[in-house]
Amino acid sequence: MTPESRPRLWRLARLDFDRVRQRRVLLYPEGAMFLNDTGAEILGLCDGRRTINEITAVLGEKYSTDVSGDVLEYLSLLSRRDLVSDAAGDALETSR
Amino acid sequence: MTTSNQPTTLLAELTYRCPLHCPYCSNPLEMTRAEAEVSTEDWKRVFSQARELGVLQLGLSGGEPMVRKDLEELVAHARQLGLYTTLVTSGLGLTRARAERLKEAGLDHIQISFQDVETESAERIAGIRSVKQKREAAALVRELGLAFSVNVVLHRANLDRVGEIIEMAASLGADRVELANTQYYGWALKNRDALMPTRAQIEASRPVVEQAIARYRGKMQIIYVLPDYYETYPKACYGGWGNVYILVTPDGKALPCHGATEIKDLKLVNIRDHSLEWIWQESPIFNAFRGDEWMKEPCRTCPRKTQDFSGCRCQAFALTGDATNPDPVCMLTPLRAIIDDALQQSTGESGPIEYQYRVIGEGAGV
Repeated sequence: MTPESRPRLWRLARLDFDRVRQRRVLLYPEGAMFLNDTGAEILGLCDGRRTINEITAVLGEKYSTDVSGDVLEYLSLLSRRDLVSDAAGDALETSR
Repeated sequence: MTTSNQPTTLLAELTYRCPLHCPYCSNPLEMTRAEAEVSTEDWKRVFSQARELGVLQLGLSGGEPMVRKDLEELVAHARQLGLYTTLVTSGLGLTRARAERLKEAGLDHIQISFQDVETESAERIAGIRSVKQKREAAALVRELGLAFSVNVVLHRANLDRVGEIIEMAASLGADRVELANTQYYGWALKNRDALMPTRAQIEASRPVVEQAIARYRGKMQIIYVLPDYYETYPKACYGGWGNVYILVTPDGKALPCHGATEIKDLKLVNIRDHSLEWIWQESPIFNAFRGDEWMKEPCRTCPRKTQDFSGCRCQAFALTGDATNPDPVCMLTPLRAIIDDALQQSTGESGPIEYQYRVIGEGAGV
């Protein structure tokens, strides 16, 4: 992931709210990842069109602070676990 | 009694009926006939109770779950509860109409088993002609856009082709491929000598899989599960006994692990007689191996006990006759000699591979 990546959720993952634990959760085959509010907000913005820079700008404006490092780090972690991928990368692949 | 966590996973084995006869099936040697299967209403109640307890993942498995005519109704109920639902199927019986109804019902993910990349070998393992139907099922799933995994159980007869198997999964359009070496329970334990790969096969497979994982990153997820007999430490069986996992068999028995029915002296409990909450929190079977007080040495004082929980209770019982023994896979126990002997016996001999095929008791009908 780079600041220019356009992250989107893995096709097999689903964002949900677990009303038993009262927490946001990302569900995927054989797994579940509980999310804090910030994590859920970041993932909610991962639509495969916005770049990480744009996501950072949306959140930075909302919270009046620079979150660029955190957003990139968080999405890189999820990308290593195959839970988000870079839609910009896909477009590049198919156009070759 | 040790306090229980919230469970995360329910595996619902809807039926033992199956058109395939795979010799590594995890189902028990004694299987239930169709008339003893849990009813639609009881399954729905169990799914609801599981969700209340905290379960998030639901596996619909078998046997072949597609033989249940109420499958779509069960999927719809699970989805309504917010469960992430995976259908674990051979692909046989997946017509277009059924696939469309399953998608409509909100199925999250479908996992289709393949036995090998070569038709002849695949059908010898499955004990039935099935490859064409499986390929058609996979194509249908792709066309409908369902989230799709290919699952292949690995053993001596197909492990050398693991690279080609991965390519096959990619060409089928899988989002994910699960390559799991055989776990030796049920039918697989009976067929262990015919299924066990050699150490050379295991070693040769590793770099092939590692390179494929790197090559397919972001396109197809590859999960590779090594056979525990070749590991140094045991696996944390389903995250520890009664820790996160509940299995319910076709006739309603609730178990902490596939092999639990084999462990003598465990009083089996049924979802027809008790709530899942009672079963999870109070039943003797789910509490039998929670915590560490039951553990023997070297496990009880071992720092690894919080990671692997002394390994698999069913494997300890199956191989040593005492479920409180350490899992013999662990190199820190003298019981490891049992595993080493089995490896030597299984892989020392040459000659044709003969399987004892999975069958349901006489007159069961499939």
